[in-house]
Amino acid sequence: MGAMLMSPITENTTAFVIASAIKVLTFFGVYLVTVALLTLAERKVAAWIQDRHGPNRAGPGGILQPVADGVKNFMKEEVTPGAGNSIIFSLAPVIAFCTALVSWAVIPFAAPLPTPWGVVSMSIADLPVGFIFTLAISSLGVFGITLAGWSSNNKYSLLGGLRSSAQMISYEISMGLSTIPILLLAGNVTMGTIIQQQQSGGWNLLNLSVAFLTFLISAFAETNRLPFDLPEAESELVAGYHTEYSSMKFSMFFIAEFANMLTASGMMATLFLGGWDIPFTAWDNSGDPSVLKTLLTLVSFALKAGFFLFFYMWIRWTLPRFRYDQLMSLGWRFLLPLSLGYIVLIASVLLVLQMLGIEAGVLQTGILLVLNVAVLLAVFMIFDRGRLVSPTTSKMSVAEMRRLRAQDRDGSELSAKVRPEPEMGD
Amino acid sequence: MAIKVKVMDRPVEQVSYVRATLSGLAHTFKHLVDPHKVTTQYPEETEALSKRWRGTHRMLTNEDGKAKCVGCGLCPTVCPANCIKLVPGEDEQGNRFPLVFEIDEFRCIFCGYCQEVCPEEAIHVGRHYENAEFSRDGFVYDLERLTAQTHPVSELWDPADPAGE
Repeated sequence: MGAMLMSPITENTTAFVIASAIKVLTFFGVYLVTVALLTLAERKVAAWIQDRHGPNRAGPGGILQPVADGVKNFMKEEVTPGAGNSIIFSLAPVIAFCTALVSWAVIPFAAPLPTPWGVVSMSIADLPVGFIFTLAISSLGVFGITLAGWSSNNKYSLLGGLRSSAQMISYEISMGLSTIPILLLAGNVTMGTIIQQQQSGGWNLLNLSVAFLTFLISAFAETNRLPFDLPEAESELVAGYHTEYSSMKFSMFFIAEFANMLTASGMMATLFLGGWDIPFTAWDNSGDPSVLKTLLTLVSFALKAGFFLFFYMWIRWTLPRFRYDQLMSLGWRFLLPLSLGYIVLIASVLLVLQMLGIEAGVLQTGILLVLNVAVLLAVFMIFDRGRLVSPTTSKMSVAEMRRLRAQDRDGSELSAKVRPEPEMGD
Repeated sequence: MAIKVKVMDRPVEQVSYVRATLSGLAHTFKHLVDPHKVTTQYPEETEALSKRWRGTHRMLTNEDGKAKCVGCGLCPTVCPANCIKLVPGEDEQGNRFPLVFEIDEFRCIFCGYCQEVCPEEAIHVGRHYENAEFSRDGFVYDLERLTAQTHPVSELWDPADPAGE
């Protein structure tokens, strides 16, 4: 291939528009099929974890189950609550659905593809605002859920909507803050730069493990998945914000949830696991782009995102739901200070490294990794003793509790002090 | 009376969230990869029924294919659910037979008294449970249908062998 062909396709407007249209159509086709298959995967994983087989009647191994579900949902009667606000009621699933789909647009899913008309970048839109776009759009998704809860004129829906707005706004802060260390390393918000930085300077999973942890937890809360599925909370709120929804409108919320999961997984893979980078080789990120490179990096990206999708389901069937005050406590009292402190720490360390003249590379990654492990150990040694989320046990220090328990074993009169007998009042 | 909050003071070692989460993840993963699944894939495989399973009825026949029933009227008398309809008849030789014998399986409570009381060992409750029908009328089994059943019949409880072994 000549040098002329290696120029970005953006220089040729017609080709760029056509290429973008093809990308949008193919991609969202694949995306929606993936979402459909995810619903099947979720049910399969759920079943396997519970020692069952899962759906296996529709098609070989149940592969056509999403089709059956879709047909069923289309045939269902659509019920609109009479006392609700029907315009907003219809609009809410659209907002949830569209924001979920749009937020993927900036995530590059493979190495650039060479075509006779120029090099096509393998993301829907290579925006200069990068992942800030994803954060912004995904925060719009809360409107869909909140409005759905409000317009249903149902107390359970309203509670679900309220919970969702409080939860998503709280966790957006720590999610946004946990991405700032990435900016400090990459120096830019575009996904391309962040991937390049990880190709040369090691994955951010190693560089910024604490930020990864914060982002992971926040992403779970942002997508309303267990253990943070308080907006749905079927055991408390019937079905939460979509209690009144039926037929395809309900389906759209469902698809939106899985699409959000997919986006969050793609974000985590891109920001922390090097995006489409194939580990332990520089072959994929040097030299001319080729079709083989594009395909292999696509597989690499799919594996990384797929791992997080599996992790989502795995967590879902492992952890129980948080209590509401625990959720808020975790977000505001643990994740927020942690991510703020981490920004300061990483900024200072990077400044020191810069003054010492240590460039991005193995040494820098090593130093940062040691630092991260130290921070993680410290955080979990100090905080992970029943006081991370639960305010009921955080009143007493661990040492105090130990001392009292030791006294209790001696048979000294302590119980009266710690737990006074309930006095019978008037 | 003031409301008091009971503070659970679990041993500090037991309240590590990280340790609990990791061991929980390990546990669920073990089940995830465990090839032994407990589901019975019903239409293809079925679980064995107890010998004393009491399902829908079957009327046994003698060698010439006629129902063994002599229309004595004991089963409609003993039936606590009143679901057996019997009209006895008699031929020229004095052989008694049922003119009408109908069991409403929807009313039946499957107690098995009819089988227990039958002097001719004609009516039996069956070891059978696949009973789907398209209408409620289909669950009123007449004599023809009762004799046409082929499923195995229930064994009565034997006081000498209470566990059924």
